[in-house]
Amino acid sequence: MGKNLYQKVFDRHVVSRLSSGQYQVLIGLHLVHEVTSPQAFALLRDRGLKVKYPNRTFATVDHIIPTEIRDRQRPLQDTLAEEMLQAIENNTREHGVSFFGAKSGHQGIVHVIGPEMGLTQPGMTIACGDSHTSTHGAFGSLAFGIGTSQVADILATQTMSLGRLKVRRITVTGKLAPGVYAKDVILAIIRKLGVNGGVGHAYEYAGPVIEAMSMEERMTLCNMSIEGGARIGYVNPDETTYAYLKGREYAPKGADWDKAVAYWKSIASDADATFDDEVVIDGSALAPQVTWGITPAQSVAVDESIPAAESFPESERPLIHEAYEYMSLEANQPIAGVPVDVVFIGSCTNGRISDLQEAADAVTKAVTAHPGLKVASTVRAMVVPGSEPVQKIAEELGLHKIFTDAGFQWREPGCSMCLAMNPDKLKNREVSASTSNRNFKGRQGSPSGRTLLMSPVMAVAAALTGKVTDARTFFNLSTTSAKQG
Amino acid sequence: MQATAAAIIESVSGRAVPVRGNDIDTDRIIPARYLRTVTFDGIGEHAFEDDRRGLAAKGQVHTFDKPEYQGGKILFVNKNFGCGSSREHAPQSLMRWGIEAVVGESFAEIFFGNCVSLGIPCVTVDEATINRLLDSAESDPTANWTLDVKGHELKGPVTVKVDMPEGPRSQFLSGQWNPMSELLSHLSEVEQVADNLPYVSGKW
Repeated sequence: MGKNLYQKVFDRHVVSRLSSGQYQVLIGLHLVHEVTSPQAFALLRDRGLKVKYPNRTFATVDHIIPTEIRDRQRPLQDTLAEEMLQAIENNTREHGVSFFGAKSGHQGIVHVIGPEMGLTQPGMTIACGDSHTSTHGAFGSLAFGIGTSQVADILATQTMSLGRLKVRRITVTGKLAPGVYAKDVILAIIRKLGVNGGVGHAYEYAGPVIEAMSMEERMTLCNMSIEGGARIGYVNPDETTYAYLKGREYAPKGADWDKAVAYWKSIASDADATFDDEVVIDGSALAPQVTWGITPAQSVAVDESIPAAESFPESERPLIHEAYEYMSLEANQPIAGVPVDVVFIGSCTNGRISDLQEAADAVTKAVTAHPGLKVASTVRAMVVPGSEPVQKIAEELGLHKIFTDAGFQWREPGCSMCLAMNPDKLKNREVSASTSNRNFKGRQGSPSGRTLLMSPVMAVAAALTGKVTDARTFFNLSTTSAKQG
Repeated sequence: MQATAAAIIESVSGRAVPVRGNDIDTDRIIPARYLRTVTFDGIGEHAFEDDRRGLAAKGQVHTFDKPEYQGGKILFVNKNFGCGSSREHAPQSLMRWGIEAVVGESFAEIFFGNCVSLGIPCVTVDEATINRLLDSAESDPTANWTLDVKGHELKGPVTVKVDMPEGPRSQFLSGQWNPMSELLSHLSEVEQVADNLPYVSGKW
């Protein structure tokens, strides 16, 4: 009987069976950022321990770093942020860990820089003190978001305690329609299976829609596995994966390359692999998705109305009513047309170069059709590249000019308005059209701020019209061969 | 943070603290602005801060602000508690507020694992049972409850069977809920496994 990728990779990394019955699992790549690591380094210091494998540990600053140039001058104006930045600089220096700070050429969101440097590879176990570590599963790795105690465990031993997961294969069939992207696929999966549907599971994404996706689209998909409650998500490595990795800084080189590809092929799920559960989704039927509530499962297609509470099981209705009230939206109200105040394009979900290219192409298309069209006067819109390399490529392509000419702000790389730990925040009851991953209450920095999650192209449509707008009709996408995924 | 594996945890006794609602995420348990710190000190007072303020603005009172629940140790919650971010600051804030155990219908996985590392047992019961427990804790805040991890039972005004996966349960019962010491005792095996992984050893 064949094995799936999860079983193969997990087995190769087991170090011991702990007295509790859990497995001690080697973590081959440990990514570190400034928020969840200082207490872990302090623990090592207290116990007189060193980082076990500093060359398998890489750090950056992303959550707290401001995204306006003037605010990045040291010391940072926010003394708490400055203290955190100094802590990670000192901790990584003391332990011989690579740190990619601002102007290093590699600073950025930890889940953007790992893949773009070629650090993230198939068959690895990866961990980071950040739930969106699931992103790295796009390469066929097992990538775990962890808490600070586990960050300390991995710093000190390069291992952590884990139980075995079940594996659910989610097959997305057919072909995505123009204007439908990876973001819409994962939002639709979460809507179908729920925010805790994945508890106890790894999600293996498969099928023609997934196979047709670029690596960056697969990262968007795997990124939000955690929003579906899955511990991790992954895609089996294939030619798309190898083509993406070839030539990247930390990818195997020369004679090692062919051996690495052979190894990566060997850890993919076997054709006769078995799964604990299977789900099939018709990708051809998907439309652009928009969240209307306060969990990522509370979404609808852009041409649908907000569902009535009665359409949900009774136990879920209190949360539905809570969402109506918090969002100031009503049952049966169309989501299209809901006014927005802020547009945020960026984050570890949608802050990569292909996302910015798609968004810029949409702007160009709209401006060509309607010369002089700009971001609506009621909207402040920002585009935040996920990393310094993304920023550099975008500027070389002139994307920043397309955005700024149309009235978008072009920022420096970081987590920005995804999570309210830096100056980029909603104010009061503002409604944000956001390409990030969480629409929780207060997530974007105002305790009463409201978030509508959507794809970058949908966010551009919202910026230009000042309201939730169906990008397929606004950009006339159904009659073009828009890039898919 | 616990520096070493501390103690065997067979049971937790104390008053209950009911917090209703499905899908209570870690941003609600501890708002992100309180993550701008290099320690966990003082984080307990900010647990559920925005929910508490939001209710206060409407003239209502969050359980964490009610005098009768101060000093409570066993948190009762609904479904998918602790979803969202991996921030250990969430269970740290609950622990530093005084919570030593959590009973709910289900937990988000990273939150559950973080609680294990801190010595906070999280056990599950079905939907009807948690609603009975929440009702009971709301009608009698003074009642004493005992979560018996060893005996799979919660005893109090209502006594019910509770579930916990066997791995974490045995971590609590063996005192190995913070695994670092045991992980450190296998460093030579770690090096062997690392040497057999081509991407770690560099020997493709």
